[in-house]
Amino acid sequence: MTDLIRKSASELAELISKGEVSSVEVTRAHLDRSAAVDGAVHSYLYQNPEASLIAAAEVDRARAAGEITSPLAGVPIAVKDNLTTTDAPTTSGSKILQGWVPPYDATVVKKLRAAGMPILGKTNLDEFAMGSSTEFSAYGPSKNPWDLTRIPGGSGGGSSSVVSSFQAPLAIGSDTGGSIRFPGAVTGTVGTKPTYGAVSRYGLIALASSLDQIGPVARNVLDTAMLQDVIAGHDPHDSTSLPESLGSMTAAALKQDVKGMRIGVIKQLSGEGFQPGVAARFKESLNLLAAAGAEIVEVDCPSFEYAIAAYYLILPAEASSNLAKFDSVRFGMRVEPNENATIERVMAATREAGFGPEVKRRIILGTYALSSGSYDKFYGAALKVRTLIQRDFDAAFAKADVLVSPTAPTTAFKFGDKIDDPLAMYLNDIATIPANLAGIPGMSVPNGLADEDGLPVGIQLLAPAREDARLYQVGGWLEKAHEEIWGKRMIDFAPELEVK
Amino acid sequence: MSEITPDLVRHLAGLARILVSDEEVEQFTKQLSLIADSVAHVSKAIDADTPSTSHPIAMANVFREDVVEPSLSQAEALSGAPDSAEGRFKVNAILDEE
Repeated sequence: MTDLIRKSASELAELISKGEVSSVEVTRAHLDRSAAVDGAVHSYLYQNPEASLIAAAEVDRARAAGEITSPLAGVPIAVKDNLTTTDAPTTSGSKILQGWVPPYDATVVKKLRAAGMPILGKTNLDEFAMGSSTEFSAYGPSKNPWDLTRIPGGSGGGSSSVVSSFQAPLAIGSDTGGSIRFPGAVTGTVGTKPTYGAVSRYGLIALASSLDQIGPVARNVLDTAMLQDVIAGHDPHDSTSLPESLGSMTAAALKQDVKGMRIGVIKQLSGEGFQPGVAARFKESLNLLAAAGAEIVEVDCPSFEYAIAAYYLILPAEASSNLAKFDSVRFGMRVEPNENATIERVMAATREAGFGPEVKRRIILGTYALSSGSYDKFYGAALKVRTLIQRDFDAAFAKADVLVSPTAPTTAFKFGDKIDDPLAMYLNDIATIPANLAGIPGMSVPNGLADEDGLPVGIQLLAPAREDARLYQVGGWLEKAHEEIWGKRMIDFAPELEVK
Repeated sequence: MSEITPDLVRHLAGLARILVSDEEVEQFTKQLSLIADSVAHVSKAIDADTPSTSHPIAMANVFREDVVEPSLSQAEALSGAPDSAEGRFKVNAILDEE
């Protein structure tokens, strides 16, 4: 069954629709793969193989009866553990929610079920999606399949490692400051943060509500596009959900054409100061695009200098409010510090025991940014910087159809390298954060391997709000160009994992 | 230099209902001072006339039809609660006896 796990989602969907293989067979092949490698990779926080196979059998029956016609029917998928699922515990990587089984499905989960996509399990993440490495997960880190001593990116390191270790053809991620794109870059996979509001956030355990966006994770651009088409759409349960359709991402991914497109290089994110291999591969891709008839233009975004600072004020402020709901009353852990303790003391003891260090740090920082003495100087100023960043993007998109940058300054770093230095950890997100602040769509596509360490590098594509299709059009072309140069898919350079 | 002191960290943690150990106070004071210093320059980027953006894609007056749909039963709503009684969330006393 190794041949099944190495196939793309679109190939699997075709085999299933032709009746050459069943959803049960495809699902079982991936479950077997997890049994063999996830002890080492640790992508999953929860799997229930029997339930996945029952779901797959039901899909096979429903497909045969003509009840399901979705293009990805029968293809199994992994879901990040910050989306609620009624049939699996949902922890968001936190001890405070250990064992919690939500009473409702997230809208995205409902859509996956309706599309006939069996769920393989719930993937690991930094606690409440706060981190870039999964080292802040209360349940231990996920490993990068390219090198098990290195981080798989974060917060969605479970989703990036699950597709890059061939345990799932597809996964769902969420991206607040890069949590889909950074993991994609360091594992040689593809991930998109759609336009804010393109995918419903109902049932996503909120980190920062004005920045969070759910998106697709896969090993190639077409699969990513097909998954975005399944999960996107208006949802009356999410008042920030866009009322209009953004069109077919699948059609855009198949276009693979960049001739005449204006590609903008952001002066502030052009690779200077980045790891040499990252910068070198980025320059090569610019040359490829130019040779194919795209026009390369430079754009200036001076306010990006303030993006990380604004982000690390807005995010903690929103998070401190969103995480107030974990109060030992309605769900999750309750710790009684002593007999007859008041509710207030129970709350404080519960949150002390249930939250990890990064979560506490950000809640306290957010409480500070919002406190009366510092509101104007910190949170208020950050909201204004957000306007400046939007203006920079508006000006840039007047000159360019798509903007590009390296996705991250470095390739995957080693475990422990940045865990005690929050500021160093935050710098990973320097290129990805501006898109969240402005609500625009962004994608990371594999961009070759760095010469110095042989590890994957990502290129980030950015488009104006609602123009997600442009990412897939350019991303699809870049992927094809790289496969021609490198002779095979980037993920096929990853070393074979030892199979148990 | 940042104004973050151990007492301020204790105060903020109290507001956020998080007990913190002396060790955590010491660590957070150091780390939050560094973070606060590194973000303080946001106020240099702006002036009084710069408008604020709280949501990236502005939408106003989002309504939907007020249609009754199936919702969680009482038992489902209470299913994750650490403690409940008589169909309600049960919590400890709000006031202590002093």
